[in-house]
Amino acid sequence: MAPTDPMAEIRASFFVECEELLEAMQDGLQLMDDGEDDSETIHIVFRAVHSIKGGAGAFGLEALVRFAHKYETVLDGVRSGRLNVDSELLKLFFRASDHLSDLVRACRDDTDIPTAQGEHLAGELDACIAAEPSLAEPEPEIDFNPVGLKLDFDFGPDLSEETTSEGVKTYLITFTPDNEMYENGNDAYPVLHALSELGDCKVTCNTSKLPSFDQLVPETSYLSWSIELSTAVDEAEINSTFEFVEGLCSFSVTDSDGETPEPVSIPSLEPLPPLDKAPTAPPEPISASAQPAQKPEEQRAPVAAKSVVRVDLDRIERLVNLVGELVINQAMLAQSLLSAGLSPHSDAMNGLEEFQRLTRDIQDSVMMIRAQPVKSLFQRMSRIVRESSAAVGKNVRLHTDGETTEVDKTVIERLADPLTHMIRNAVDHGLESTADRVAAGKPEEGVVRLSAAHRSGRVIIEVADDGAGIDRARVFKIACEKGLVAADAALSDTEIDNLLFLPGFSTASTVSDLSGRGVGMDVVRTAIQALGGRISIASNEGSGTTFTISLPLTLAVLDGMVVEVAGETLVLPLNMVAETMTLTETSLETLQPGLNIVRVRDGFVPLFDLGHLLGYRDRKDTYVDSVALLISHEDGRAGALIVDEIQDQRQVVIKGLDDTYYRAPGIAAATILGDGQIALILDPSDIVAQASDLSRPAPAPMKMEA
Amino acid sequence: MGLEILAVDDSRTMRDMIRLALEPAGFTVHTADDGIHGTEVLAKTAPDVIITDINMPRMDGFGFIDAVRDQSAYKTTPILVLTTEAAPELKMRARSAGATGWIVKPFDPAKLVKALQMVAG
Repeated sequence: MAPTDPMAEIRASFFVECEELLEAMQDGLQLMDDGEDDSETIHIVFRAVHSIKGGAGAFGLEALVRFAHKYETVLDGVRSGRLNVDSELLKLFFRASDHLSDLVRACRDDTDIPTAQGEHLAGELDACIAAEPSLAEPEPEIDFNPVGLKLDFDFGPDLSEETTSEGVKTYLITFTPDNEMYENGNDAYPVLHALSELGDCKVTCNTSKLPSFDQLVPETSYLSWSIELSTAVDEAEINSTFEFVEGLCSFSVTDSDGETPEPVSIPSLEPLPPLDKAPTAPPEPISASAQPAQKPEEQRAPVAAKSVVRVDLDRIERLVNLVGELVINQAMLAQSLLSAGLSPHSDAMNGLEEFQRLTRDIQDSVMMIRAQPVKSLFQRMSRIVRESSAAVGKNVRLHTDGETTEVDKTVIERLADPLTHMIRNAVDHGLESTADRVAAGKPEEGVVRLSAAHRSGRVIIEVADDGAGIDRARVFKIACEKGLVAADAALSDTEIDNLLFLPGFSTASTVSDLSGRGVGMDVVRTAIQALGGRISIASNEGSGTTFTISLPLTLAVLDGMVVEVAGETLVLPLNMVAETMTLTETSLETLQPGLNIVRVRDGFVPLFDLGHLLGYRDRKDTYVDSVALLISHEDGRAGALIVDEIQDQRQVVIKGLDDTYYRAPGIAAATILGDGQIALILDPSDIVAQASDLSRPAPAPMKMEA
Repeated sequence: MGLEILAVDDSRTMRDMIRLALEPAGFTVHTADDGIHGTEVLAKTAPDVIITDINMPRMDGFGFIDAVRDQSAYKTTPILVLTTEAAPELKMRARSAGATGWIVKPFDPAKLVKALQMVAG
């Protein structure tokens, strides 16, 4: 590793810490917003802002310090009960937190600081402070001057050595410690030692008050000192030596102006060292320790301290890759053992099984390292809701669910943009205007729900609003006008809803400030697809729209079904395969040439020939006795795919296809199999959707499912 | 030289900075995340000087100082309080809790070293 500047490293870790603090702050505010009345909550928020301020000061981030200080002052008012929290103040806190996040990020990335917004907020915070005069008192702003760290700063100590006689003055100092001085860890020796470092020092100890040994009380201060100090430093500097003991002793500093009266009447105790263990220091146990400080703030709800190691992402990436290679290698080994003709019950095969299990465990563990709760993502969305609802003048509340659901870090990062867009859409288009809501007999406050959950090996993220639902007549009309569908096309509700995903579709009749940014739902869908995910819509007229995103847990491995089609080896995600079957005469029906359906229990499912769809071969004459895989969708639709042979079920390592390749429909990625062969990984949903389009009589050239 | 320091602060940044300021000066630095953790670390080490923050979760600086002073072995161990406020009332409060001195954040490393050497004698 290249040597790095320790300060730069601490700075980087400071910003990482800031992110955690900002998250804690958001959490706290959210709790307060939800009516949580725990005094610890406001403390957490306060501490977060306080710590950000503290760190920012050390790095000389003045703008950040100044704003954090104002914010902190108001929070302190709430914490100490001098200010009452109402919904207005809470809203201000939320906005202040957002701004604080902006400032932190601006400082981190060295970008421009958003001043206008900040000044406005600072003004509002100032107004709060002004409204409660006691707040302004305890912490005058001048108290806190950010000082950038200078590690090379040199202070005082060496002055004594080098001072010329010029400016050297002689001071007479007396120093008499009180009993209390020794009670809090102070001692006379450090003070005397510090004085001696300032210049030429002649120290005299006054032992006249020292009683005889049998009367000596160890905790009592008997000694006093007079010091004759010749130094170039000024009186303030000398006084600063007494900073810690000020009020715990009597001392005086007088400028003797060259007049140096010999100390009289006191036995001299030079040189210094013996003072070190002067009998004044009372180390014995005494019952009355320093009087109890004000009661420490009441016992707090214990916060589970997370023990965390920070690791460079590159290293994890490397580990993930290596584990991927391990999986491939293990598969190769299994294959060669098999082909060597070993009995499945031989020791080698048993050992291999164990090896397989371990490999899988390692893989799961490595994946867990990359997993993160979606919480941070959701928090960003709550900000989006606040901002976008303010922009369109709607009253909106965000409900989040399943914040602790863990998803691959990369997925979280790449979900931010599409999700932001979906949330904006929900606020802008999904929810009705306040007037319309009232007219429809709904509560004024619209609700946007954001939830995450693990379901059958995938992550399901839902964005739902309780708005009016999709206006299908309007959607259809617009699609016709834009030439996206034929005017006489008969589309089902689901099909109309899916028109929203077509490129170039935007229902906003007036381009609002918010979502009409030329980014349509098609971009959202593309982004989700790039993550190996799918998105679907469900809408109920009058009661709202729900977008459901379904994502793979990880981008790196897949439980796959290995099949053979026309001599090609292909992999399908196992979780998409609902069942496998062998077709019989009775289960097959032909609707028209090239369009077959298969009876599955009580229903019919369209049948597609994978070999034909992928262009490997022509359609077969008959599908009787062929093997079919039943593919199921999240939305309940299904299709059956004909394959020639099912080979295996196994975990495969997903290797992305390079961007230079044409992105063929239905092909998701590739993998390397145990025998070193490369196989394509299919996206069955996409294949079925494409095939449905092809087999459709004609009018609607659209995908039904993303 | 060679002093052992226990630094208690809930901010990782602050702990890192204290470490960065003190280790090159020859100090051995132990750190703890809050008051409770501080007392745990204290049980395993024998610091010559203790540095503590005030605003911390679980047990704050005042509580921590109390806990330290309650142990006879640390009755006179110097304790420096790290504070962002130079307000006299806070200093007084720290002192009455048993603190030896204070350092105003953001601290200057040289001053911190000097203050430590001074209180440690």
